[in-house]
Formats: sequence, structure tokens, C-alpha cells
Amino acid sequence: MCQAQEEYGGCDQPQRRPRVSCAQKCMKCKEASPVLVIRVGDAFCKACFREYFVHKFRAMLGKNRAIYPGEKVLLALSGGPASSSMLRQVQEGLSREIAKKLRFIPGIIYVDEGAVCGQSLAEREETLLQMETILQASGFPYHLAHLEEVFDLPSSILQRAPHSPAGPENSYKEAVEGFICQQRREEGGSPSLPERRIQEKLAELSMREAPGTEGLAAPGARLLGAVRTEQLVQLFGSVKTLTAKEELLQTLRNHLILHTARAQGYSKVMMGDSCTRLAVKLLTNLSLGRGASLAVDTGFSDDRHGDVVVVRPMREYSAKEIAFYNHLFGVPTVFTPALDTKALEKASIHRVIERFLFGLQAEFPSTVSTVYRTGEKLSTAPGDADPATGAAEPQHCLLCLCALDTNVEDGSALQAILVSEQLSQQRLPAASPAGRGCCPGAEEQRGCCMNTTAPGADARADFLPLLCYGCRLTIKDTTCLESLPLYVRSEAERRKCRAAMKLEIQEFLLEDEAVNPGES
Amino acid sequence: CTSGLRACFPSPKMAAPVSLLVEFGGGAELLFDGIKKHQVTLPCQPEPWDIRNLLKWIKQNLLKERPELFIQGDTVRPGILVLINDADWELMGELDYKLQDQDNVVFISTLHGG
Repeated sequence: MCQAQEEYGGCDQPQRRPRVSCAQKCMKCKEASPVLVIRVGDAFCKACFREYFVHKFRAMLGKNRAIYPGEKVLLALSGGPASSSMLRQVQEGLSREIAKKLRFIPGIIYVDEGAVCGQSLAEREETLLQMETILQASGFPYHLAHLEEVFDLPSSILQRAPHSPAGPENSYKEAVEGFICQQRREEGGSPSLPERRIQEKLAELSMREAPGTEGLAAPGARLLGAVRTEQLVQLFGSVKTLTAKEELLQTLRNHLILHTARAQGYSKVMMGDSCTRLAVKLLTNLSLGRGASLAVDTGFSDDRHGDVVVVRPMREYSAKEIAFYNHLFGVPTVFTPALDTKALEKASIHRVIERFLFGLQAEFPSTVSTVYRTGEKLSTAPGDADPATGAAEPQHCLLCLCALDTNVEDGSALQAILVSEQLSQQRLPAASPAGRGCCPGAEEQRGCCMNTTAPGADARADFLPLLCYGCRLTIKDTTCLESLPLYVRSEAERRKCRAAMKLEIQEFLLEDEAVNPGES
Repeated sequence: CTSGLRACFPSPKMAAPVSLLVEFGGGAELLFDGIKKHQVTLPCQPEPWDIRNLLKWIKQNLLKERPELFIQGDTVRPGILVLINDADWELMGELDYKLQDQDNVVFISTLHGG
């Protein structure tokens, strides 16, 4: 029996919040008076905090060596504090004159999700105006996308493109040196650098419509826009739970950003997920059954799409640091209500976990960083060949493109879940005599009317095996599969046909090791 | 002061009325009719004004809806940062900080859903 007073050997109480007072000096410069407390009891003055913040961003990029000089990087801006802060860091990093400046070519994408969050057209336009002010002030090429465009995506989005060769680790240094030499040569000789900028601007102008006539404004396009908005609202209306809505929204948003990146030639996408947000995401994904893909979902780089890599440079900043930085140094943000704004506290799994983690963090300030550091230890295993199909590439989920984790082995958790599901849905054969009363003439059908053999259930039964466990739960909460965008349904159809075809010709396929009995 | 007297005469035992700029950000403004900046004057009262009393006052006078999204118990909900004169309230004594005239108090929500 545990006793409250007993201490187990070596087990300490988690560190409670120590009281820091204003009388202390900044822990770094020891001179100025501090303005905020980071982590557990570290007090920083304004200048030291700024230095710390800026340095952390550059160190994050430098440590991971993921972004090569001259690469085109798409910044995903939501208007929220973390992504706005990320934009500011990129601006600061690129504007430095010294040799240590950041060397990639940024673009920005903003996705308008107002239709899903119940905003009126007027509210959405106002938000877009505010965002455009920020986007134009940044000076980088930007792309405004509406979530409705998701219905026009090609199904190639759901196919994993071949991984572009990134080059071994030691070539990063060579790439940087080569880039610097090239820049020095260019600055001395022909003005190709400003020329390149002008070319980019021209290319971007031709792809973007003239200002003021975005997709929703022109008459014919406005009608199409209204139809798409209706479709989007219908899709989200057919999703029963807030949890599934949030997951679906994230999936669709990611597809849209990926499409823009591919179409415009960006090889990297920067997402502004903070440490706090990632800790919440980690625990939420565990609760949602996405444990198998935790490493890609919360790690620094996410290469599930193959050619476009998603990086998260803000992952070491806590939400508090970001909020303080934005307030103290005037980073503009635009607050847009999300799906779960003002929702009840137990409305979705995301909210429950967020409340849990924040509540714990208030008393034990090392909670979030502990969760984050544990997540950091996860790493992606190299893709294994799927033994069942014998193909070189493992199967991937249709929606989230993670490796499928639904191999139903004996004794696995998934098997247990499936068995319980079957038991709770089907009538046992012994019960059918009792069921005879409610379904006359249906005695031959097993389980009579309790067994759903409606066509909708068939389509769903075909669809589910293409998904990982987490996405299955989302789709199970979607009542109307027909309202899913066309690219999802056509890709599902394609995979199903391929699988059926493969099954048909299975016996004619030669195995790698097996010897053809016809040969001598 | 007898009942019926409305005017407030500053006396050694009563705190002078305190004038503050209270700001809301990060989505917290949704609970306050979308207004981010509020210039408020706190009435005089026997006890000096501190953050604890300010929160009660805000709950009664400024908060338009869903008080549980802003206040939990006698402090702010976890996830809402408080800045007093552009400094972390943890350095100022949190709930026990005694408000001065012309102070600037900022509440920033770091929660996802505001």
C-alpha cells in the first residue's frame, strides 16, 4: 500500500513553480531588470530575450541542416501567433547583411477556412484584407488559397512522389560554400540576383489573378465559388463529431498546401507549430490512434509526401515565448475563429487534451517540455518492404499518407478492437430464431435486419481498408462518403481496382526467389 | 461614508480610484464583444486594488459571455498570459500585485480555440 508521506528511492516530486520576483536581475546580462520568465525560473530582460529568440530559430535551422541554400520554401501562415512569429524570423534572418544570413527563397501561403468555421462572406473578406496587408508588407511572393479549392485537386496529391535526392550530410557544407562563392561572383558581375527576383515576381503575377479579382469576385467564378462553398459546408456538416471535423480539416488543409507547393515549385514547407502545440498534438494523436505516425507528425521534418518536405522550425518555442515576443516586438497577427472556438471543454479530444496539458503546466511548468522531449526521441524507421504484397514500397494511408499500421496480427490491439466491434454489431447465429419475428422472410440472411448490408455500408467497407487506423475513425464519423472531394474518391477507386486486379493475376506473377517450374 | 452619499472622498483609509488600460489578445477579445482595448476606471473601495480583485471586477463588468473560458476559480484560466506594464505577472507577484494608477494590464490567450 502506498503511503502519502513515503518517498520512493530516487523519485522526486515534479518541480513546482518557484516564485521569481522582479527584484532579480536578468539571468543573462545580469544588469537589466527582467520582463518575463521562461521555463522554470529563468528571467530575461527584453534585449536578451530578443537575442535568445532570434538565435533559437537560426540554431534550429542550422542544426537540422534541412534547408539548402537557394531552395524555395513555402511558409504556411495561418495568421496565428506562431506562424506570424515564424514569418518575422524569416524576414529578419534574410535581411542580414553578414555572411550568416539565411539563404533560402521564401513564399507564403494563407488558406482561408472561413466557410468551415461558419464565417459569413463579409467576415471572410475582412479577414483576407487584413491578411493581405501583412502578406504584402512582407515583400515575399504569396498565395491566397481558399479551402474550397480542395475540390479541384488532382488525385496525384494522394500519391507519394519519389523522394528527390537530398544529398549526404557532408554535401550541405559544400552546397553552402558553393552558394556563397556564386553569390560573390554574381554581385561583382551580372546582376542576375535582382533579375531573378523580377522573373519570380512576373511568374507569380501571371499565376495569381489581378488584385481585386480573386476567385470569388468575378461573376462566373463567384458562382463556382458559391457551389464549392456549399459542397464544403455539406462535407463538414456530414461529419458527426468535432474531433473528426478537426482531423478532416487538417488533412484537407495539408493537401491544399502540398498542392500549392508542388505547383509552384517549392521543395519545402515551413509550418509554425510551437512546442506547446506539438505537445498537445502528440497526446491527441495517441488518443486518436495515430501513435504509429507520431514521429512524422511531431518531428522536425516530415517527408511522407516524398518530394515536398514539411519542416517545423518553431517546435522549440513555447506558446508563452511566442506570445511575449509578438507583443513586445509588434508582430502583427490576425485572429480567426477556428472550428473549436468557444466550444465546450469536452467537445473534442483536442480540447480535452489541451485543457489537461495547460492545467498541468500551470502548476508544473516543465510539463510541456517533458512531453516534447519525449516526443523528440521518436524517430522514423526507414520504410520497410511490406512482406504481404512483396512490393518494394509499403502501403500508405489514402488520406494522411502515413505507412499503414493496420496489419491485423494475432494478439495486436487492432485485432482486439475489430473482434469487439464484430461481436457488438452482429447477432450470433443462435439468436436468429428469436430474430425471426422481426424480419419475416429474411431468415437466410445472417443476423437479419441487424446486419447493415445497405450499399452505403459496402462503399464504406471498401474504403476503410485503404486508411490507417486514425483516418478510419475520422471516416467512420462521416455519414456521407459521397461528399468527400472527388480526388479522394477517385484515388480510392483506383487503388481498389489495382488491388482487385493484382489479386486476379496473383497466381501468374513470378516471385523473386521462386523458380518458374516451366524452366529447367 | 453614510449610505446615500455617492461622492468618494479620498481618505487615508480608502484607495483612490484607479484608472487602467486593460487589453485582450490572442482570441480572448471574443469574450469581450471583440473589443481589444478597454480604458477602465475602478471605483474606490476600502481594500487596495490588486489583480485578484480586478479579475472579479472584470467578470462582473466586462465579461460578456462564458466566464469559464477566462476565469478559473480566482485566477485566470491556464493558458491565458497576463502582462502588467509589458512584464510577466510572475515577476510582479501574480494575483497579489497592487495596481497603480495608469497601469497597463494585458491578457493574451495562448489557447487554440481562443
